[in-house]
Amino acid sequence: MLLILLAVLILHLIILVLLFVSTIANAWTVGGTKNTDLWYSCLTTNTGYHCSSASNEDWIQAVQALMVLSVLFCLFSLVFFMCQLFTLVKGGRFFFTAVFQILASLFVMCGAIIYTVMRPDGEEDAAFGFAYILAWPSSPQQPPLTAMCE
Amino acid sequence: MLTILALASVILLGIVPQQSEAIVIYTGWERHALVGSDIRLSCSFFSWRWTSDDVTFSWSYRPDGARDAISIFHYTGGAPYVDNKGPFRDRLEFVGNPGRRDGSILLKNLDYGDNGTFTCDAKNPPDIVGRASSVRLLVFEKVPIQAGVITGSIIGAVLGLLLLIVVIYYLMRFLVARRVFNLSVSKHGKKGKGKEGSQQRQGPTLSIGDPSKLKAAASEKKKQESRKDKK
Repeated sequence: MLLILLAVLILHLIILVLLFVSTIANAWTVGGTKNTDLWYSCLTTNTGYHCSSASNEDWIQAVQALMVLSVLFCLFSLVFFMCQLFTLVKGGRFFFTAVFQILASLFVMCGAIIYTVMRPDGEEDAAFGFAYILAWPSSPQQPPLTAMCE
Repeated sequence: MLTILALASVILLGIVPQQSEAIVIYTGWERHALVGSDIRLSCSFFSWRWTSDDVTFSWSYRPDGARDAISIFHYTGGAPYVDNKGPFRDRLEFVGNPGRRDGSILLKNLDYGDNGTFTCDAKNPPDIVGRASSVRLLVFEKVPIQAGVITGSIIGAVLGLLLLIVVIYYLMRFLVARRVFNLSVSKHGKKGKGKEGSQQRQGPTLSIGDPSKLKAAASEKKKQESRKDKK
């Protein structure tokens, strides 16, 4: 029992870290000298490393919002997990933890899908960067986590 | 002793900065405008000295991609001098108030060729050391959504919804608990105040769909008791 709880906690933390890195790191699309993420698009030239704010388009702001929300909900779920760990009696259910975690995974899924669909094309050797890839594992991890909690 | 110390510190603070602080000029950072519209570029400054009569404001303009800036406005000796030969002739107007340290100008009927950097330089003799401040003008056909507006509104909406759900949940629990409490009070039939009050409350509850509601309330009460026992 204790082992399962510990595993759940560690998994929670791993997901949280993945989400943070994915939201913050500047590598959703990389290609040659240019790398972009949700917040900036940076270019490496002879004179240095120049960054400009990401475009103001609607979809990227939606992706930003969804990623931030998923991080927040994952945090809430972790907080609830800690709370319920100490206040719940045997046979009780980690209801709120699971709900928040499911919501967080939904948001990450939506955000990643929107980004995939709306990504600006036409850039030479543009490939998805590691931050984008990190976003995906965090969402499938969450249903097993929920199942373990219940 | 303390008063002397306080007085000395006030005097020192009063004297020293006047000689070492420079004039600080404030303009915006970036301005967005629609084609054909007017825009007011504000320029203001902070200086430790009183606003002198010889205060000067001057605006210069550097088009996007150009290397040099041209001067388009100058205020000196109490009179404004606007551009009468350059790109802004007949389109520039002085709307500032130098007495209140405001050196704003109004540009009318903007065009795509007006994209560029506007620099404001103000001098307040004898406080003349300072750095000019620039504001970038961007002219659009359609003003784009500011960065972060949609992000902020989505996050705010979801969190607000969450808060609303939590509040409603606790409100429902509170109301149901109160209803059950009223019914239990009336059931046990407390004497004196309780009885009168309960009779008054019992009136309306008995009149509406009576037995089913009592049963529901009783089962809810049992559930709460069992939950309490569980905890």
